Amino acid sequence: MSMLEFEGLDQFYRDFQALFGVSLRADEGEIVAVIGANGAGKSTFLKTVAGLLPSAPSTVRLDGEPIGDRPAYRRVGMGIALVPEGRRVFPSLSVEENLRVGGFGKRPGRWNVGRVYELFPLLGTMTGRPAAVLSGGEQQALAIGRALMANPRVLLMDEISLGLAPIVVKQLYGAIPAIVADGTTLVVVEQDITQALGIAHRAYCFLEGRVSLHGRPGELTREQIRAAYFGLTP
Amino acid sequence: MTWVNAVVQGIMLGGLYSLFATGLSLIFGVMRVVNLAHGVFTILAAFLALVVVEHIGVNPLVALVIVVPLMFAIGYVLQRSLVNFTLGAGVLPPLLVTFGLAVVIENILLKVFSADSRGLDAGRIENISVRLTDWVAVGWLPLTIFLVAVFLLVTLQLFFDRTMFGRALRATSDDPGAAQLMAIDTRHLYAVAMGISLAIGGVAGVLLGVRTTFGPLDGSVLLIFAFEAVIIGGLGSMWGTLVGGVVLGIAQTIGAQLSPGWFQLSGHLVFLAVLAVRPTGLFARAGASE
Repeated sequence: MSMLEFEGLDQFYRDFQALFGVSLRADEGEIVAVIGANGAGKSTFLKTVAGLLPSAPSTVRLDGEPIGDRPAYRRVGMGIALVPEGRRVFPSLSVEENLRVGGFGKRPGRWNVGRVYELFPLLGTMTGRPAAVLSGGEQQALAIGRALMANPRVLLMDEISLGLAPIVVKQLYGAIPAIVADGTTLVVVEQDITQALGIAHRAYCFLEGRVSLHGRPGELTREQIRAAYFGLTP
Repeated sequence: MTWVNAVVQGIMLGGLYSLFATGLSLIFGVMRVVNLAHGVFTILAAFLALVVVEHIGVNPLVALVIVVPLMFAIGYVLQRSLVNFTLGAGVLPPLLVTFGLAVVIENILLKVFSADSRGLDAGRIENISVRLTDWVAVGWLPLTIFLVAVFLLVTLQLFFDRTMFGRALRATSDDPGAAQLMAIDTRHLYAVAMGISLAIGGVAGVLLGVRTTFGPLDGSVLLIFAFEAVIIGGLGSMWGTLVGGVVLGIAQTIGAQLSPGWFQLSGHLVFLAVLAVRPTGLFARAGASE
């Protein structure tokens, strides 16, 4: 049985249907990449997983238990944490306060403020600085650290490379092996296909709200990915 | 020396105004909601104290032990059962609901207690004073009210800065959506904030009742004073609220020194002057004016 499973997941924004019967699974300790063009439904999918958008209960399962109707704040307690698109750090709180709020649910685990500073040493040098004045890369590191403070079993990362310099993206992706070292499952949504497929055990490509391709990155050809990504006929 | 005395009395009065305003400021800071029923709830607390005093026979200041938790509970239930459902659909729904609530409570108070003015007798503390100079004396009661206001503001500031719940309130104020991703149940958190707001309003209401007379229709005047103190001090700033209350209090007592009829008018004029010169208030928190 997979740790996280989706079966026939639909999602709507009022009358507009954003996801059509998405089925996907992630096993314990696995890194799953969700790729796709702008507007393919990737972020909608992650928001649904995190509980920011409600869905039919049985369409989302964690360890076989239906959780589709659980609100976001309860899913954090169950071990699902999201690094949201656009970082969304709390601007008026300091770096350390952001991290401490990340641990609000007091879920036991290996992550604490000290461990996050070990993972991102730069954050440790600016603990009292308001998050609003950090650079984009620092804010992204803070957003990842804040999500880790919830000690998640499943970490969801939404476009962490967005708007950042390649060297910063490389540094952030460099932290991923340490994050998944204890068996944490990682679901990465990215437009940067190279980065995402470089770390993933399994990949799903979204096209107009549907899964257009899935498989192990090493087994997918460039042509297959290009066709699934842009909706071209192979 | 009469002017110095007017300023000192204005500072003391400002303490009471900042108590009115703190709850209003707290709710605006956390939820971006202006609670138009805040003044009426302050008056409700004074009437609750009156009921406690008349039935149990305790000093009104002792009645705070009952009134403040009761006001917290009213605030919590009100938020969970009503105000939470108005959030997220623009600024108008919470304004309309709290305005309607103010009208309903005001009329219930009129029906139950009539339009007569009432007062709470706290005993000797109302009549004794401390003499600062030959010309300036401060009553123990106004001084106590001012110190209570400062104490509550210091406590609130520590609560926001040092406790996990306080940080969660600030985080929710910054971004309610992201706060949910931190395991924060924003509906519960908003309800606790409303509870704290009305509990402080409860303290303000009882102290108002001890300091002066009150009636069921006084809530709207209190709301205006609270609103002016918040605007003068700056939206979302706790310490700005104290300064706003003090500025308003001094303006009123100096106005009254010029002519008794200028008491309220001078306060309104200072409020308008601050709005014209510095629309975000003297100590606006970054982003609060958006």
